[in-house]
Amino acid sequence: MMISNGIEDEEKWLAEGIAGIQHNAFYLHRALDSNNLREALKYSALLLSELRTSRLSPHKYYELYMRAFDELRRLEMFFKDENRHGCSVVDLYELVQHAGNILPRLYLLCTVGSVYIKSKEAPAKDVLKDLVEMCRGVQHPVRGLFLRSYLAQISRDELPDIASEYEGEGDTFMDAVEFVLQNFAEMNKLWVRMQHQGPLREREKLDKERNELRDLVGKNLHVLSQIEGVDLEIYRDTVLPRVLEQVVNCKDELAQYYLMDCIIQVFPDEYHLQTLETLLGACPQLQSAVDIKTVLSRLMERLSNYAASSPEVLPEFLQVEAFTKLSNAIGKVIEAQVDMPIVGAITLYVSLLTFTLHVHPDRLDYVDQVLGACVKKLSGKAKLEDSRVTKQVVALLSAPLDKYNDIVTALTLSNYPRVMDHLDAATNKVMAMVIIQSIMKNNTCVSTSDKVEVLFELIKGLIKDIEGTSTDELDEEDFKEEQNSVARLMHMLYNDDPEEMLKIINTVWKHIMAGGPKRLPFTVPPLVFSALKLVRRLQVQDGDVAGEEVPATPKKIFQLLNQIIEALSVVPSPELALRLYLQCAEAANDCDLEPVAYEFFTQAFVLYEEEVADSKAQVTAIHLIIGTLQRMNVFGIENRDTLTHKATGYSAKLLKKPDQCRAVYACSHLFWVDDQDGTKDGERVLLCLKRSLRIANAAQQMVNVTRGSSGPVTLFVEILNKYLYFFEKGSPQITGAAIQGLIELIKTEMQSDSTTSNPASDAFFASTLRYIRFQKQKGGAMGEKYDPIKL
Amino acid sequence: MVLVLALGDLHMPHRGSDLPLKFKSMLVPGKIQHIICTGNLCIKEVHDYLKTVCPDLHIAQGEYDEETRFPETKTLTIGQFKLGVCHGHQVIPWGDLDSLAMLQRQLDVDILVTGHTHQFTAYKHEAGVVINPGSATGSYSSITYDVNPSFVLMDIDGLRVVVYVYELIDGEVKVDKIDFKKTTTSNP
Repeated sequence: MMISNGIEDEEKWLAEGIAGIQHNAFYLHRALDSNNLREALKYSALLLSELRTSRLSPHKYYELYMRAFDELRRLEMFFKDENRHGCSVVDLYELVQHAGNILPRLYLLCTVGSVYIKSKEAPAKDVLKDLVEMCRGVQHPVRGLFLRSYLAQISRDELPDIASEYEGEGDTFMDAVEFVLQNFAEMNKLWVRMQHQGPLREREKLDKERNELRDLVGKNLHVLSQIEGVDLEIYRDTVLPRVLEQVVNCKDELAQYYLMDCIIQVFPDEYHLQTLETLLGACPQLQSAVDIKTVLSRLMERLSNYAASSPEVLPEFLQVEAFTKLSNAIGKVIEAQVDMPIVGAITLYVSLLTFTLHVHPDRLDYVDQVLGACVKKLSGKAKLEDSRVTKQVVALLSAPLDKYNDIVTALTLSNYPRVMDHLDAATNKVMAMVIIQSIMKNNTCVSTSDKVEVLFELIKGLIKDIEGTSTDELDEEDFKEEQNSVARLMHMLYNDDPEEMLKIINTVWKHIMAGGPKRLPFTVPPLVFSALKLVRRLQVQDGDVAGEEVPATPKKIFQLLNQIIEALSVVPSPELALRLYLQCAEAANDCDLEPVAYEFFTQAFVLYEEEVADSKAQVTAIHLIIGTLQRMNVFGIENRDTLTHKATGYSAKLLKKPDQCRAVYACSHLFWVDDQDGTKDGERVLLCLKRSLRIANAAQQMVNVTRGSSGPVTLFVEILNKYLYFFEKGSPQITGAAIQGLIELIKTEMQSDSTTSNPASDAFFASTLRYIRFQKQKGGAMGEKYDPIKL
Repeated sequence: MVLVLALGDLHMPHRGSDLPLKFKSMLVPGKIQHIICTGNLCIKEVHDYLKTVCPDLHIAQGEYDEETRFPETKTLTIGQFKLGVCHGHQVIPWGDLDSLAMLQRQLDVDILVTGHTHQFTAYKHEAGVVINPGSATGSYSSITYDVNPSFVLMDIDGLRVVVYVYELIDGEVKVDKIDFKKTTTSNP
């Protein structure tokens, strides 16, 4: 209720003020029209009296002021034209001082003053000096500020500057500088005084009002920057020290923050670079509540952009030792402001790092230094929990990655991992993902085991459970994404030199082995294939270096592989492990390492026997075993026999009869390998096929019994096709008669009443017969072969 | 003109991190009508990516495809052609044409797409055409040395199919093409 009353009242008073101005303006205009100086002065003084109010907030006062301002412009034009009022400007200057109240008097004086300077009847500097001092008569903050603002506004074009018409003997730009500096100082004092005016409970309202007025004060700095005569020297020797003096001594945090920022924004970057020490020297002297870090950040931002836009000034940065100065200043500020929260300090370092990366990207020592300062700040504190802080630390760590596009450079920064150590587990993971993404995006190759070591230390949050966390807490999708990222990462770790590559593989293994059952299924396969690729490289290289103890040999790698795959037993992942063992077996075969290959097969079989229970999984697994075994050429007869016997045995023991049948006839290929002399055992092929035929028969009967009708003849057709396969290969045991018999069997089955027709098997049989016809029509040896088969 | 993309054996992320960039930039969504995939993706991300290239996606189960139960074999009809897809680890000996021909007869298809060997092949035989698009990521294979990333694009037009094979060799994409025509009886 009180507040709304206040606003309503203000509106009322403003309206009253405006009415007052309009009322007197009417008479003023009449006086001006009739060139009546006396009347003009009378009514303008009355008009200006409205500005004597203290009931308006700055916002509303401004509205009133603007109206008065408009009227004063007319008045000024009148004053300028001596012909109209017949009074010399000197006399006019005297005359207006007779106005009753001080505020109207001073507004009129300033207005005449402007005319006076334009007339050049007195040196500009004298008039300006007089005015700036007379204005001291108004000590009320709001009224005083607007008055001085008026003075600044109208004197703007009359300042004696280099090549201005007001420059003259004794009238130099230094006088202009002096004038502006003085007006600025007085305005600042008035502005600061506002702070102590209101009762404490109206603090918020007060701050708001003060902020509304700040540009009035800041404008003076703007004017200073525009004075042509103010070059670097003048700025450094006069302007900056005077301004800073005012800023420091006023001891007002609102003013200090605004003005420091103003200085930075208004004056050229080149000046800041050259006066860095002075500017930074003021920082620790400011009130502790001033948000100096934002000020410094903005300064560094400007300097960064300066460096980016004009690369030719970079040597200057080095020459003035910008980095060192900034770095020291930040250190001092952090030291001085004991209560500064960590987030503030880290934000400062982020700004400094950004600056460094922009201005001195090649100086990795500088970058490391900044990181080191952070480490120091973070040490001794518990792991970070504040999300704002962690956000800043992530920004800090991401900056070098973005800049250098090359994780390898970041890995050389000794303080980088130390900063990461201070992150809590969740943020560590976030950062780890950022690092991995950077590597993937830039296609970076990490090529030494030392670098891999550092890298995996950095991303350890993804690799294993670090204290206080467990994988159970994590969302499953997120977890998979993380682990797949790690898997992808492994393909970026590579070195042409086999020795180094093996070191890399060992380093990775060392880290991931502690990953636990949830992680191993993701991380083991890529490592295994990395190792297999290395084996192949060595295998192709061949040629032992005589006498040298070479650590990287296929044998050693296979030993490592054994270890790695075995770790999957804790998950447990028998199916995956089985596949990986078979991959290794094939690789060992290619390296001519019979015992190693045999061992891998053994492992695969053991897993099959003991761990693969699901019947579908068994079918796939046994086919993988058979397929791999079929390609082995390294085994001697005994070993081969043992393994083949096992494979066939398990094939026959699959749960479902059709699966048994198929696996057994697949085994027939174990006894017949095309590209090698030796394994072409037609007898055993036939035995397999006959066995599968018996199983197919049994399957048919079973279906008969359980369903009352015969099952499809598909299995028989499949077996027939296998007969044809070996028939064509020239296995003497597979005769045309046997094929003929099989064809008849199928035909009979299909025609039998109890058989349910099955279009798929019908089509299969039809296409098989079609194939036989095709072969017969071929003529030549094949045609001859097929001749005895009648369809 | 119907474009069918055939690819497989990506083995991501076990054996490779991503498709080659040059392939990815070629596989623009909206240009392809069907995708036939021989399997071994291996993770859902890859499945989702393929779906964005073309929503009509047919995949066969590879031995490293986890968490999915794609069918062991699948058949579909596109225009005048019957196509079948199977990963191929089920057909022993691996990569053997005659054994694959048997599968082709069993599925009764004109074009059989299989993988597993990571080696591009396109054979014409009595029952039809057997195409192996190789490995789209060029990943390690125990069967084939020096695998180059490859995939196949089939342009089916009436009774004719043109098989384009894209192979990444030494950083450059090389294209080759093979023509197949089928007669109106299902005997090409």
